[in-house]
Amino acid sequence: MIQKIDAKKMVVTGDYAAAYGALLCDVDVVAAYPITPQTIIVEEFSTFVNDGITDAEFIMVESEHSAMSACIAAQAAGARTFTATSSQGLALMHEMLSIASALRLPIVMPVVNRTVAAPIGIWCEYNDTMPQRDSGWLQMSCEDNQEVLDMIIMAYKMGEHKDVLLPVMPALDAFILSHTVEPVDAPSSDEVLDFISHYKPHAILDPDNPMAIGTFTPPEYIQELRYQHHVAMNNARKVIKDVTKEFAQKFGRDYHGLIEAYKCDDAEVVLITMGTVTGTARDIVDEMRAKGKKVGLIKLRFYRPFPIEEIRKIAENVDAIGVYDRSISYGTGGPMFIETKNALYGMEKPVVNFLAGLGGRDVVKGDVEKMFEILLKAKEGEAKEEIYWINTRGVSI
Amino acid sequence: MNIKDLPEDENYFTPGHTACAGCAAPIIVRNMMKIFGKDTIVYTPANCLLVFGGTYPYLSWKVPYLHEAFENTGSCIAGVSRAYKKKGKKVTVVGFAGDGGTYDIGIQALSGAAERNEDAIYVCYDNEAYMNTGIQRSGSTPYGASTTTTPAGKKIPGKLEHKKDMAEIMRAHQIPYVATMSIAHPKDFLEKTKKAKETEGFRYLHVLSPCPTGWRADPAKTVELARKAVDCGMWTLYEAEYGEITNIYKPKKKIPVEEYIRGQGRFRHFTPEMVEELQRWVDEKWERLYGEKP
Repeated sequence: MIQKIDAKKMVVTGDYAAAYGALLCDVDVVAAYPITPQTIIVEEFSTFVNDGITDAEFIMVESEHSAMSACIAAQAAGARTFTATSSQGLALMHEMLSIASALRLPIVMPVVNRTVAAPIGIWCEYNDTMPQRDSGWLQMSCEDNQEVLDMIIMAYKMGEHKDVLLPVMPALDAFILSHTVEPVDAPSSDEVLDFISHYKPHAILDPDNPMAIGTFTPPEYIQELRYQHHVAMNNARKVIKDVTKEFAQKFGRDYHGLIEAYKCDDAEVVLITMGTVTGTARDIVDEMRAKGKKVGLIKLRFYRPFPIEEIRKIAENVDAIGVYDRSISYGTGGPMFIETKNALYGMEKPVVNFLAGLGGRDVVKGDVEKMFEILLKAKEGEAKEEIYWINTRGVSI
Repeated sequence: MNIKDLPEDENYFTPGHTACAGCAAPIIVRNMMKIFGKDTIVYTPANCLLVFGGTYPYLSWKVPYLHEAFENTGSCIAGVSRAYKKKGKKVTVVGFAGDGGTYDIGIQALSGAAERNEDAIYVCYDNEAYMNTGIQRSGSTPYGASTTTTPAGKKIPGKLEHKKDMAEIMRAHQIPYVATMSIAHPKDFLEKTKKAKETEGFRYLHVLSPCPTGWRADPAKTVELARKAVDCGMWTLYEAEYGEITNIYKPKKKIPVEEYIRGQGRFRHFTPEMVEELQRWVDEKWERLYGEKP
């Protein structure tokens, strides 16, 4: 057990918020490997362990692949586990991600979004988490450090819910959140443990009740497991909404479920964003609204499960939808753009994709403003392209 | 400790599995499990043992059993062990990996777990090739052996490299216990298993596991092959504690390596020069271990 920790206001980095969230959730086993810009998370957690604030077992493994392997094994042995990674580390872990989810083990792993080589870089891009789309995890993105802390807590409650039983991957932007301090309200450990309750494993390696987990399984049985996994991911939609509602009631911060709609009610065009660009886009919406332009914003929180109904509902009343993407599925478009088009299938609405911030390039107010301006043209049927590369040498818009 | 001392009807790895005739792996696993006992949690990576003993719904395991992937036995047994440490409950955590999963793809996770001195037992059953996928060479395959990826061809006569000395790599980790074992020496086998169970920290047991299918040998000769491997020096039996060799078995009469390789199809193409090269390697190994020329 952790020592009792009082509620407090902290000024901390996103990485610290993630580690602190895991501390408050009284995780039993942490297995992790350092990689920039996630390193602070494992450093902070090892400090909690070595200072005796928690008696969690901390395994400083020799690779990310082993980090996830050890978390799966510990979780299968009945522990609540936690790890964190970034970029190449997540890529190395890829094999183990689908094993964690298919074994229905609700591990929580924040991922600090960092560009995947080549060329090597350490700054923010979503080409690490987005390719993990089909690994069967709940995937979401945080806007600020407060959301990082709150989301770690909510992730355990969502993943461990009996209708879900899936691992959860909250993401935070490299440096913009991971290394930037912001004020964060931290609840007390008692409040958090009351909210998430103690972990009761559904399957467990116990000599008194032997069970085999991860057997060699012939085709007679696997398809049903895939179906149940799919059902669980769909069930997660309701659980996410319920948990965010309950969290809002208890802690006073409302994250509105899978998306947060900002000034969408009477909007003619809306932009879908994810991660920290959302904050910039909120400002632009306010500024353009002040000039009489009817623009709105959808903060996409969850990438898996994808908020299909929520987006369709808003799309019914707008004339054009823009999707901001921070990574690219080569030859097709941004991953969120592809998902959005799928969600809007059958609705005759112009959907425009904006690619910006790849490799960690700053996305500034002018970039977001340009996205809205193009959207307003798209509303009139005047958008020239389906996919726009913002602030990109060799591309003129 | 002798084979007669084992509980006859206490099987945690039960009959009815689908291993090939003459496979040494179930002999190793069944007997070890009798000593490890009920409060054991088993991990296997991808290997023959996963398939012949761990196929749903016909499992041979009567203890909790986990499989995740191929290259991570060291990390998986660490994860289970730490979860139980946190609970404050004592269990024996064992991983049974093949040579491919140990020498090659699994060496990183194994080395990490050993270096951290995780409280778990790692067993390598060494059949000297990737037998589960159809007899491809591994870092454990002996010199000259013909495998499906080192076939005895017209130009290249089988595997050109000698067997990696995995047990020595583990001994260099200075872990609490390393033992090399043979099913042809059951008393020694059981005593080392018992010692491993009673030791705390990371323990590495390495057993030569003759594979009649992959070695292209008579399935009735499994134990005989295991014995000859030791008698010629291709396989050596010793124990090491914290890096120091504490017990070593020396065959009374060293037989020529030719006697061991005869009757194994994987060596059938050997020329006298190849036999000589293998004998040279064995003699050097002998001298290193026993400190004297054979």
